[in-house]
Amino acid sequence: MSKAIKVENISKAYQLGQFSTGTLSRDLERWWALARGKEDPYLKLGETNVRSTKGVSNVVWSLRDISFEVEEGMAIGIIGKNGAGKSTLLKLLSQVTTPTTGQIKVRGRIASLLEVGTGFHPDLTGRENIFLNGAILGMRTKEIQKKFDEIVDFSGVERYIDTPVKRYSSGMYVRLAFAVAAHLESEILIVDEVLAVGDADFQRKCLGKMGEVSKGEGRTVLFVSHNMESVSKLCSEGILLENGTLKYRGAMGDIVNEYLLSGLDGKEAIVNLMPYNRTASYNAGTVELIDLAFENSVELSNVFYWNKPIEILVRFKVLKKVEKLLVGFTVATATGVNVFTANNSGNEFSFEAQTEVVVRINIEHNLRHGLYTLHLGAMEGSQDIWWHTDVANIEITNLTPGIVYPSNNSGVVLCDSTWTIN
Amino acid sequence: MKETEENWDLVIRPTSGLLDLKLKQVWKYRDLLWMFVKRDFISFYKQTILGPVWFFIQPLFTMGVYMFVFGSLAGISTDELPQPLFYLAGITAWTYFSECLTKTSRVFIDNVHIFGKVYFPRIVMPLSIIISSLIKLSVQLSLLLVMMAYYFIQGANFSPSIYILLFPILLFLMASLALGLGMIVSSLTTKYRDLVFLITFGVQLLMYSTTVVYPLSSLYGVYRLAILANPMTTIIEGVRLGFLGQGSFTWLGFLYTCGITALILFIGTLVFNKVEKNFVDTV
Repeated sequence: MSKAIKVENISKAYQLGQFSTGTLSRDLERWWALARGKEDPYLKLGETNVRSTKGVSNVVWSLRDISFEVEEGMAIGIIGKNGAGKSTLLKLLSQVTTPTTGQIKVRGRIASLLEVGTGFHPDLTGRENIFLNGAILGMRTKEIQKKFDEIVDFSGVERYIDTPVKRYSSGMYVRLAFAVAAHLESEILIVDEVLAVGDADFQRKCLGKMGEVSKGEGRTVLFVSHNMESVSKLCSEGILLENGTLKYRGAMGDIVNEYLLSGLDGKEAIVNLMPYNRTASYNAGTVELIDLAFENSVELSNVFYWNKPIEILVRFKVLKKVEKLLVGFTVATATGVNVFTANNSGNEFSFEAQTEVVVRINIEHNLRHGLYTLHLGAMEGSQDIWWHTDVANIEITNLTPGIVYPSNNSGVVLCDSTWTIN
Repeated sequence: MKETEENWDLVIRPTSGLLDLKLKQVWKYRDLLWMFVKRDFISFYKQTILGPVWFFIQPLFTMGVYMFVFGSLAGISTDELPQPLFYLAGITAWTYFSECLTKTSRVFIDNVHIFGKVYFPRIVMPLSIIISSLIKLSVQLSLLLVMMAYYFIQGANFSPSIYILLFPILLFLMASLALGLGMIVSSLTTKYRDLVFLITFGVQLLMYSTTVVYPLSSLYGVYRLAILANPMTTIIEGVRLGFLGQGSFTWLGFLYTCGITALILFIGTLVFNKVEKNFVDTV
């Protein structure tokens, strides 16, 4: 099969910080160096782009020496953490900006969807915006006319087509915008997380359309997303970016595993407490909840694997000396059904006054994938101190490196079952 | 399959030719150009009661103010032409130039949300500005013609001359000059915003160094040369000579204006091409 895209040693440098008079003198210095045929003095200090550590120079390589090829008709998923260079790569591919070094060769027309509804004008009607947006995305007026009914049909906003789009609900706006983009006639389609919008029904429709584009029509699709589920559904192959370099290129399943494993780097996630409900307490002022953190989660988030324990670190401020402190939690479903409850009964803590303590809770669970919420409480002996509901959200993912998720059935918890004929 | 270098449709490189205007690509995107023009026109009068009438109100009021301030109070000569016609001819031409210039000079800053998300030849945007301003100009020109007809019936002392045939060329010069200057300013403002402040009152000052509110014939010596150094002066005088039969137009001045315009357009294209590729990173 022939190649649709060939990326050769692409790098992209960005300048950090503010532009001010300081930049002008640096610009002049740089211009002078280039005019004498010398190397750009501010590009030499290259280093890998790690978001969290402070670099030495204020030039950062958002992408470094990326090379890969994409075959015609292939759907490729591009994944990576925030700041790995996914969007930069898409920007280069869609010619919004140029690479610092290297080159990209393309066969066929490229349509890029870095955002839906680019160039929509609020005062124009839906009809006028379809033509305007289509033209911005590179369609000829004739093509749009030919597909106009299809676009309107797909968007489902027929009734409002002659109303200015500023009167649309945000959902309708997005629907119309995606509908135009979905009907582009290009050999290569570049999509950046646009599916994060619209309701669940429409998202499914979009995914379906994208699948149709890549599998049915044989067009090349490059798809960037954080949603592992949709990426693995849509793409057969993938690229994993890490700190601006290409970490892994291969089958999508392997890439997802690699990505999820890279999230397990032993660090802890600090969780912002949600505005939880405080309940009346008899003994307030003994122990106060400060914050909590998750360990063992995916990429420092509140997402946990279905087959790995949940670890929660809870930090308290002890105001008065406590002898028999009981800490308890409840995990409940998003709909409010309590799934399980536990406390340290039989292993009560005692703390001195005016100290800060961290209690670690390791929870072996068998929750199905989905959204859960956490309640926390504290007691001294048999007396309640406080009970806070909905302190944090927990998400259980069904994607786990190397292991097949056991169930797609309904319910709240997973179970092991053995089957024999009696 | 053996691959050769030639069978790629597109090669994205760090740099490409500076003077390459990508006219072939612009031609491919001609529908987009037309869409932008249409958008500008429609969005101009959406949700207004008077609609396109606003195209007339602005020059008429400006004309009235000039007649009062420069004509009556200051008593500046109008080349023996009826005051309204003298001012209106100048205002119509100048408005076209200043609108093209100010809008083109903001093209990168105003459209970064589009430019940052999708590729099309960037030059389409300034071109659409030039064309949609042209529509406005033709509407305002009809106002001038109506006024001319009125004064002709009244028996006023003026008559269009053969130089009116020069008008399309003068128009082209104005558009090129505004485009060139606008592209230079817009390219410089992507990184440093200082020029944004300059352009708003700069255009205003530039008008007074052009013969919009006074005729060139009222100036002598050094002042005359200084005002003639402004390439817009010859254009305005040429427009007046064409439509009203009065104006200090010389072919030497015309050649000078052509030369300056070509130079500015050349520099503008150069910097615009240089900046358009990466301005998204710095704007």
